[in-house]
Amino acid sequence: MARTNPSRTLKAAMTNTEVSSFTDQTKHKLGETVFFNLTRAASLLTLLLLLAIIVSLIHGSWPAIQKFGFGFLLSGDWNPPLDTFGALIPIYGTLVTSFIALLIAVPISFGIALFLTELSPPWLRTPLGTAIELLAAIPSIVYGMWGLLYYAPLFAQYVQPTLNATLGNLPLIGTLFTGPMMGIGILSASVILAIMIIPFIAAIMRDVFAVTPPMLKESAYGVGCTTWEVVWYVVLPHTKVGVIGGIMLGLGRALGETMAVTFLIGNMNTFNGFSLFLPGNSIASALANEFAEAESALYTSALLELGLILFAITFIVLALSKLLLLRLSRQAAIKL
Amino acid sequence: MIINEQTEPLEAIIVAKNLDFFYGRNHALKDINLNVYHRHVTSFIGPSGCGKSTLLRTMNRMYNLYPEQRATGELLLEGHNILDDSIDVNMLRAKVGMVFQKPTPFPMSIYENIAFGVRLHEKLSKEQMNERVEWALKQAALWDETKDKLGQNGMNLSGGQQQRLCIARAIAVKPKVLLLDEPTSALDPISTMHIEELIAELTTEFTIVIVTHNMQQAARISDYTAYMYMGELVEFGLTDQIFIEPKEKQTMDYITGRFG
Repeated sequence: MARTNPSRTLKAAMTNTEVSSFTDQTKHKLGETVFFNLTRAASLLTLLLLLAIIVSLIHGSWPAIQKFGFGFLLSGDWNPPLDTFGALIPIYGTLVTSFIALLIAVPISFGIALFLTELSPPWLRTPLGTAIELLAAIPSIVYGMWGLLYYAPLFAQYVQPTLNATLGNLPLIGTLFTGPMMGIGILSASVILAIMIIPFIAAIMRDVFAVTPPMLKESAYGVGCTTWEVVWYVVLPHTKVGVIGGIMLGLGRALGETMAVTFLIGNMNTFNGFSLFLPGNSIASALANEFAEAESALYTSALLELGLILFAITFIVLALSKLLLLRLSRQAAIKL
Repeated sequence: MIINEQTEPLEAIIVAKNLDFFYGRNHALKDINLNVYHRHVTSFIGPSGCGKSTLLRTMNRMYNLYPEQRATGELLLEGHNILDDSIDVNMLRAKVGMVFQKPTPFPMSIYENIAFGVRLHEKLSKEQMNERVEWALKQAALWDETKDKLGQNGMNLSGGQQQRLCIARAIAVKPKVLLLDEPTSALDPISTMHIEELIAELTTEFTIVIVTHNMQQAARISDYTAYMYMGELVEFGLTDQIFIEPKEKQTMDYITGRFG
């Protein structure tokens, strides 16, 4: 394209304005219309894709839905040779690993964010922040391999016996920390998941803590608060919407995480007790492992239904977090 | 103009002796010597960047939050050097309260905004706390407007009400000194008037130090005025004297609007 002389164009435009500014708007209108339609098409495309995925998931899992009905969700019997399928084990595994991962990741991320924004000496702030962000850049498969080859043996040798000897003696939750110490299993996968979601949650918490108005923090220091009191009573309530958003983002990632979990969860489709040391399975891991082996049509259909369930779980988590945020902002706005 | 008719002799509650302040290498306060008198209003005036807010912020060691900032010399509060490392800054801030340029209610109810600070320093029963909250809100002339909605979020109040809530919050801790850092700069004239009236009433119990960019305000509400320029204390004295017959030409230029 030839470059037009800007000054000449400007001159031309200036001479034209007098005549055209009030009457000739077609050029602007056309541009507006095209732009409007482009953006609308882009957003509609997203909606269309979402619908297409839901429809194909439902279509694909229809044979399994017809065969097993609601019982698919409640049955723990996953037996491909007999063509009987129940999703309870992977659903349980998905929810439990994600829950434990959050349990570990949220306090650690909070600590990281608190240190980075309030306590860290300035020279340490940037390198440490970058290092945590880099954790998020490590591919999931690398976490899986590292987890299986290096972390799992150490976990079996040191962490599991310690947990067994301490928490394992407690009433009620003691049984969670008994059983075979193999380094792989539900707890092992949960810890890796926690490591993987920490950078997300920590980065978001740090960002929202950092945008808390300094004057608000100083006011809290001004009435004699310690750093901890400022963060706990003022910064955290002030930023709760962002903090919950960050946690939900981490949860969303934990629920759908596949490769690292596949390496570490043990991929066992039978339920042998509530011990977290036992191997289990998650939905994403089951899909990744079994899709290639699914020979019968019903098997494939059952796996697709698993996918549909994961989709539903993630959707519910998202919806619940939206509801929670809505309630929080309303609480802030109206009477407590 | 308020002149406190006090029979007791003037007592300096805060004394700055050879006070210097640094932002990193920037020498922001130079050899400040000044007295803040008990139960009087002292105002700091001067052009932007003259160090008036900095001086205020040394008085509760707020600068301590920022590692590159430091103060040297002596700043005595009731005879104790508060620049000393052994001083518990949280205790210091209970004695020296602060209100900022913009209202900064905490993200909690009106009641909690006030009870929060008190709870950090005192163990009060429910009734005592109710009394304290009521007392603080009455002192800040906010009780009538808020007594029926103490459970509501402090953020829902108007700007002027929020600033009075911040004053109530500061005095609820029963400080000796109240530092006001341009407390009306974000407020409309009516709210400003309310706050100024309030400041006059508060001197019956508290010593007040106010930073203001508004010379008329300083003239209206303060007993003593310090004029600062480029980190130096140019002139300090009775407000009347500073505004009517300043000793320094520079002060005269500033208050007559020829400069600044």
